[in-house]
Amino acid sequence: MALAPADVLAGLKEIVEEVAGIAAASIELDKNFTEDLEVDSLSMVEVVVAAEERFGVKIPDEAVTDLVTVGDAVNFIVNAAK
Amino acid sequence: MSRRRVVVTGLGATTPIGGDVTTSWSALLAGTSGVRNLTEEWAQTLPVHFAARVAVEPSEQMERVELRRLDRSEQFAMIASREAWKDAGSPEIDKERLGVVIASGIGGVTTLLDQYDILREKGVRLVSPHTVPMLMPNGPAANVGLELQARAGVHTPVSACASGAEAIGYALEMIRNNRADIVVSGGVEAAIHAMPMSGFAAMKALSTRNDEPQRASRPYDLNRDGFVLGEGGGILVLEEYEHAVARGAKIYCEIAGQGLTSDGYHIAAPDPDGAGVQRAVKFALRDSGLTTKDIVHLNAHATSTPAGDVAEANALRAALGADADHVAVSATKSMTGHLLGSAGAIESVFIVKTLQDRLAPPTINIDDLDPAVNVDVVRDKPRALPAGDIAALNDSFGFGGHNVVLVFKSI
Repeated sequence: MALAPADVLAGLKEIVEEVAGIAAASIELDKNFTEDLEVDSLSMVEVVVAAEERFGVKIPDEAVTDLVTVGDAVNFIVNAAK
Repeated sequence: MSRRRVVVTGLGATTPIGGDVTTSWSALLAGTSGVRNLTEEWAQTLPVHFAARVAVEPSEQMERVELRRLDRSEQFAMIASREAWKDAGSPEIDKERLGVVIASGIGGVTTLLDQYDILREKGVRLVSPHTVPMLMPNGPAANVGLELQARAGVHTPVSACASGAEAIGYALEMIRNNRADIVVSGGVEAAIHAMPMSGFAAMKALSTRNDEPQRASRPYDLNRDGFVLGEGGGILVLEEYEHAVARGAKIYCEIAGQGLTSDGYHIAAPDPDGAGVQRAVKFALRDSGLTTKDIVHLNAHATSTPAGDVAEANALRAALGADADHVAVSATKSMTGHLLGSAGAIESVFIVKTLQDRLAPPTINIDDLDPAVNVDVVRDKPRALPAGDIAALNDSFGFGGHNVVLVFKSI
């Protein structure tokens, strides 16, 4: 099932806000999870698991290291859902 | 070189009778019980339907994101430590001279059990990545150490219900040994859950007075039938005396010494002769440079179990002799319930307030004083303590035969 990038971004914003307490408004495509949003390695695992549940995709552990920015995650999820 | 003296410069607590020290202390003097019925469904299936939950939920004192990464015991540690640190004046200190010693009897047991439920019901993928830092018994100390950036050492002694007192004693030694100038110390416990309560109930250790929960914790009463499980945290900021004076800190009192022994008798039952307790009292007095004549108050371990209360009272009478006649004994577990690894910590907080206000808190729920109890119990209302130099004891005992006695004295 195809997912619209805007919908994935909106969903990720909610997840990151829930997990890391970052205001959704400050979460943008070019933000770096670690440096800009202070999502540490443990919280990143939570984000990934929540995103898998929400979007019905698989995000393998080896792919997670490449998800540096929010945009990376949106692209990965959109492609994985195709 | 003379020995480094250690004083108390900050207090923090979250207890079944108050969300901070001031509220808890007022409630204690007023003789308020913190015991309540448990409304959860699981509680109805146990032989015991009540416990002493904290008066103020952590969700009212912390941010949501922080709450979800911390076990309940860690939440108590953060709440009480923040209060204590602020009370100490948020001292500027070289972080390599700052330590943390916070104990817990059981650690993050609710996290362990909740995550096990998730593992079985939803699968391995949904087990939280925060599980291990939340369940480890050193988690409360580690989180407080991280927040304060303490680098002199972060420690967690574990000795069941003596853990909190042992942590404070460990902190005392850290400062005496010149490893640190300030140590944030105490104990926390958050074990009100079906599993540990079932375990304690299976030992017949818990009161089953389901029709009168607020009267269930009744140390020294003839009809006591077990302890009431409590939860919460107590924290003391200990500081080297000259260091405290130099920064103009408010000094509550001195922590003058400690005595530690073990029974070598039974894994859970108290030694009826109380020989280990007597030795701990003797060592604590010697370590403090005090005698039995100096002691005017004891905040007793007295958990409201049939065997324990009398064994403790006998041991204290034997250790203090005729001088026990001028020791006002308070059993504050009659109001707070038994906080296990936090018990010695919140009771030490209460002792510091007792010395400050010169008021020994009451022991509630004694309808008929057990005639086998031959110490002077403060009943029903607070009792004024004498003017001048005074000292007080805290004793704590844990399953495993651990005995810890701490000595606090006015300054």
